[in-house]
Amino acid sequence: MTPPLPKGLRPRPARPGTKPARNGARANGATVTQDPKALKKARKQAQREAFKQQALDVPVAMLGWLDERTGSTPFLRAFLFRKVPAGTNWYYTLGSATLFAFVNQAVTGVFLAMYYDPSPTQAYGSVRHIINDVFLGEFVRGMHKWGATVMVVLIFLHMGRTFFFGAYKYPRELNWIIGVVLLILTMAMAFTGYLLPFDQRSFWATVVGVNINASGPILGPYLADFLRGGAEFGSTTLSRFYAIHMLLIPGLIAALIGAHLYLVSKLGTTAPPWLKAEQARELAEEEI
Amino acid sequence: MDQRQKEQYLREYGLQKAKGKPFFPYAVFKDGTMACITLAVIILLSIILGAEIGPKADPTTTSYTPRPDWYFFFLFELLRVIKPPAIVFIATIGIPTICMVLLILLPFIDTNPERHPARRPIATLTGITVIALMTYLTVTGALAGPPGKITLKTAAQYVPGKLVAAESGCQGCHKIGQNGNAGPGPNLTHIGARLPRNAIARTLVNPTAPMPSFIALKKSDPKKFNELVDFLAQLK
Repeated sequence: MTPPLPKGLRPRPARPGTKPARNGARANGATVTQDPKALKKARKQAQREAFKQQALDVPVAMLGWLDERTGSTPFLRAFLFRKVPAGTNWYYTLGSATLFAFVNQAVTGVFLAMYYDPSPTQAYGSVRHIINDVFLGEFVRGMHKWGATVMVVLIFLHMGRTFFFGAYKYPRELNWIIGVVLLILTMAMAFTGYLLPFDQRSFWATVVGVNINASGPILGPYLADFLRGGAEFGSTTLSRFYAIHMLLIPGLIAALIGAHLYLVSKLGTTAPPWLKAEQARELAEEEI
Repeated sequence: MDQRQKEQYLREYGLQKAKGKPFFPYAVFKDGTMACITLAVIILLSIILGAEIGPKADPTTTSYTPRPDWYFFFLFELLRVIKPPAIVFIATIGIPTICMVLLILLPFIDTNPERHPARRPIATLTGITVIALMTYLTVTGALAGPPGKITLKTAAQYVPGKLVAAESGCQGCHKIGQNGNAGPGPNLTHIGARLPRNAIARTLVNPTAPMPSFIALKKSDPKKFNELVDFLAQLK
């Protein structure tokens, strides 16, 4: 069932007397003076009113056009006007803030990709170029770098909220699992992005990181070989990390965020657990 | 949760939802405010802390001590705590993998229908413990300080000299106790037994290539230099 449009958005019926009559007489019976100047003024006013009405009809017509072809309005309405339980507080904004940080990473990442060159000989120079020469380059790179930190902090806070509110329980178990996968992917993003500037720090930290992968039993060495693109840290390693960082993982993250949001809107957000106790007490009191 | 508990939850949730407000504009307002705050924080961090990079990667250096980004410090520290090579994979792969699997399986492990944090003490305490542990590991990882650390036990009066040695990056070429590379420089763990104090001081000022001279340190900060010599001389 789609929820009804809220009052403010319902089309208002025209109030009697608001539409100026053509013959100069208003619907409520008052006559307009025959003074030509006043008549002209009234005509202009009527034109303006009609134009306003037409302008208002444009977005409605556009939405109607889209809806006729996609049938999306009920879904949009179900998403936007679904009810959120009473007591929903600021802790519930951590998830959308994480999503926003991801959007920030995507946008700044696109601009960085315009100047970045993922070859071992050019990478460092292209990052230097971004920092020193490109207009607002250091600022955008800073937003990407610190955006990663902010996103990691927010995703952990969001997980903490979900954990302590017991929001991973029935019927939202699957959404919790998707969330954990998103957390792991975010950490993988942070790890693969660390190599890209190709300075000493990032290079050696990544060497250690890949060696850590290699120390795993059975699959470890294969994973390390895959990441390095061979047995040694070579010229393919950087482009491999770049492709994983900007194509593979972001694609997965975006798809999983879609699934996460779909489940959120389908199952609804939880109410703070302490509200239930209060309501139970109220009910008990009523029964007495 | 059995069928009855599930139905009860859904019924209660339906009531709570019916009492609620529409997502737009009430929740959207909060989310939008939070998004603005997030963006402001990112912009401020970017302006204040910037995005400089270090020297270019050089695969031939051996002395560089790698440091991950701060949110991997807890893993990094785990690696430092667990030293014996035979069980290193427990720190590197074992514990993180177990944590990930446990996280994924959490809804199936914790089947208690209760949601209030105070009414499921085991889950809440576990959560707080994990957060405390991760914070502890992150903080110690951050405080462990840049370039290397010498874990060798030393008497209190030699600790300043040990810090100077760690800061100077001696472990790039020398082994000191459990830390540092085995070459190209000689092992310093028992250097005090082989060389007298003044010979150590002389070598620091006038070393064999490729070791850098510490003459600059002796001139700019003789106290630090003497602490370093004292520390090395007592390694027996």
